[in-house]
Amino acid sequence: MDSIRHWMLGPQGSAYANDVDVLYMFLVWLSVFFFALIVGMTVYFAWKYRRTKEGVLTPNISHNLALELLWSVVPLIIVMGIFFWGFNDYVRASVAPNDAIEIHVTAKKWLWTFEYADGTRTIGNLHVPVNRPVRLILTSEDVLHDFYIPSMRQKNDVIPGRFVELVFTPSVPGRHQVFCAEYCGKSHSDMMANLFVDSPEVYQKWLEEGDPELQTMPPVEVGKMVYENKGCNSCHSIDGSKNTGPSFKGLYGRVEKFTDGTSVTVDENYILESINNPQAKVVAGYEPVMPTFQGLLRTPEVRGIIAYIKELK
Amino acid sequence: MADTITATHISGHADHHDVDYLHDGKGMKSWLTTIDHKRIGVMYLWGILFMFFLGGVFAMLIRLELLTPKQTIMSAETYNKVFTLHGAIMVFLFIIPSVPAALANFVLPLMLGAKDVAFPRLNLFSWYIYMIGAFIAIAAMVTGGVDTGWTFYTPYSTTTDGSVALMTFAVFVLGFSSILTGVNFVATIHNLRAPGMGWFDMPLFCWGIYSTALIQVLATPVLAITLLLLLMERTFGIGIFDPKLGGDPVLFQHFFWFYSHPAVYIMILPGMAIISEIIPTFSQKTIFGYRAIAFSSVAIALVSFIVWGHHMFTSGQSQLASAIFSFITFFVAIPSGIKTFNWIVTMYKGSVAFNAPMLYALSFLLLFGIGGLTGIFLGAVSVDIHLHDTYFVVAHFHYVMMGSTVIAFLGGLHYWWPKMFGRMYNEPAAKVACALVFIGFNTTFLPQFILGSRGMPRRYYNYLPEFQFLHQLSTVGSWILGLGFLIMAGYLFASLRKKMDAPANPWHSRTLEWQTASPPITHNFHEIPTIGGGPYDYYRPVGKGREA
Repeated sequence: MDSIRHWMLGPQGSAYANDVDVLYMFLVWLSVFFFALIVGMTVYFAWKYRRTKEGVLTPNISHNLALELLWSVVPLIIVMGIFFWGFNDYVRASVAPNDAIEIHVTAKKWLWTFEYADGTRTIGNLHVPVNRPVRLILTSEDVLHDFYIPSMRQKNDVIPGRFVELVFTPSVPGRHQVFCAEYCGKSHSDMMANLFVDSPEVYQKWLEEGDPELQTMPPVEVGKMVYENKGCNSCHSIDGSKNTGPSFKGLYGRVEKFTDGTSVTVDENYILESINNPQAKVVAGYEPVMPTFQGLLRTPEVRGIIAYIKELK
Repeated sequence: MADTITATHISGHADHHDVDYLHDGKGMKSWLTTIDHKRIGVMYLWGILFMFFLGGVFAMLIRLELLTPKQTIMSAETYNKVFTLHGAIMVFLFIIPSVPAALANFVLPLMLGAKDVAFPRLNLFSWYIYMIGAFIAIAAMVTGGVDTGWTFYTPYSTTTDGSVALMTFAVFVLGFSSILTGVNFVATIHNLRAPGMGWFDMPLFCWGIYSTALIQVLATPVLAITLLLLLMERTFGIGIFDPKLGGDPVLFQHFFWFYSHPAVYIMILPGMAIISEIIPTFSQKTIFGYRAIAFSSVAIALVSFIVWGHHMFTSGQSQLASAIFSFITFFVAIPSGIKTFNWIVTMYKGSVAFNAPMLYALSFLLLFGIGGLTGIFLGAVSVDIHLHDTYFVVAHFHYVMMGSTVIAFLGGLHYWWPKMFGRMYNEPAAKVACALVFIGFNTTFLPQFILGSRGMPRRYYNYLPEFQFLHQLSTVGSWILGLGFLIMAGYLFASLRKKMDAPANPWHSRTLEWQTASPPITHNFHEIPTIGGGPYDYYRPVGKGREA
């Protein structure tokens, strides 16, 4: 029995997936019953009353109220039951518990980007801890997409100009497939992602150290990603123009004057200090408004941002 | 005309100088200016059969491409255009006009004992509109193609390249052809029934076509408006659906499915209507539950207008909306079930013959059974969330659109072919073709249910290796299906080359279209038939059937 279920529906990733499968398999057996009834009656009547003689008259059986009621009312009761069953599961699965982890998902032809509460951003790989409810908040930057996790039996269209949510509680650790299920053009069928369900320890480690690719990416690119994704770009320009904070352009090696009259030549240690303790030295002409990023950036990310600033001559 | 039943009026006055409609006027011009519903029906038939061929070629290309993951025979861009054209051609240029415009145009007035439809000129006009729409659609295909899917979902459809504007305009034009045909049939059924023929004396085919016509008239204008709005956004940048312009993309889906769900019943009701004729005829038996079948057609037509949201459970519509649409959707199951059981029980104590049309009708019962039962999966919200936009949905609607409507259309084509062209086709060949179509169809689409429930999304050019076996099985099925259609084309065309040999009533039917010559004379009947009984009075001896 379970092997039929597995063959038809593939692996389950959550308790909810099992709920859906129970209803699915109930419908399979119900359909098998009614299909057998249809085939049985059709074949039996067709063969038993096959024409053996031409030109015979047949009895005038025009209708039978009891029969008509039987095959109207019985199916009606059955489908009403199915309605409540399906709807009940759906509502239960759509409500996110209060302790759910919220992750923002952005779809764009043909990539999935994930953004965590601590500002971590990943592309194509979604990490979640096992047995914790997850609430994805999704939006699209271009056309319709659809975030589909077959093993969680969950999907939702991703719509530009609007947030939708998708809730699931993964219970099976490991890699799960994510598809785009709403047609979005040329690479629609390659718009996939990996959902990694991690043990709490592995998840914590991942949050701290990030994806392995962070280690292999050139530092300048890591820095550019951090600059764009962690909010540096809202105060620091890269073209020399003055913003809330000094521009990154030509910053490295420049002599900066501070509000207390001292000055320093910008080097790695100055940048590191400005990230961790921005109020220690405030450049003359700017307000002391920068928040500390202590603990929010991983070492390779700090190295990246320094390399990036060096690059902006 | 030994088989003629209402013989007192018709054969008694047979005039040997009366020519059949095929020979009443020669040359291209006599056809292109004809207002005879039978000739217009035949012209529609050639039009839709060509489109069926074209859509079928695209289907074969899709299946061939999916033989392997990644590229097999075409690029991703080409594949996207091919599946769009397959869908758009099959829906708008083949299935929607197939039974109503081609077959019903021919047989409906004959069944009612009428000389023609209520508005013969309008009928010819709607054929011209259909042809113009078809040419615009072909122009769109050759001038860049369309890659939006037949559903034209925004904002993809308003931002992608290609001839989307031309294609939507073609569908817009085709809609008018559909509306005018619907208006014509409603008027014909209301006004042109033969003297003595009450509503419940009509063959059930007429009830099915009547219900279809109501949907065509009421729903198609919504599609026209929707496509017009789409054109305005795409061409003039007026923001209606694209959020970048201040629009709402989900609004498009509401508009689109408000037409396209009823359109599903524009496609299936005429198929059911054909089955309601074939089964009594080949069982030589009164149809069981005439009123139940008639009213269930009307019920399906009415309910079809308030279930569109079941296409949108994952669209971001509210949970309340999903609940209501799911609830109402299940009511469609009831009239469909009523019909199915009534058809089956009609064979009880009948005299069942297994000619080609009946084989198609029996195939219909099984395939529609699968199509209907798998619809229940998709009506249950929690299961639908998993199956939506997967191959399960593809398989389900092919069981309904092709396994049911197209199979019924083929049954009807084989049933009325002798009446339309006055020739019998090769019956053994027809049985072989029917068997191949049945086997090929199931081999193509049964595996797709499993593909879908395992999570394979639809409209995928590339797929994961684990899905390959089922895809290959499906592709092999499409070849068997293709072979069946090839044989069918062979014996049908061959029959047209021989002398006319069909009797007036080869299947010993009691409905009126068989009580005149095959092929009928231009005015259908020599005298207006008068009606005294029901269309399925197989309990009365021949000759004491439907006369006054």
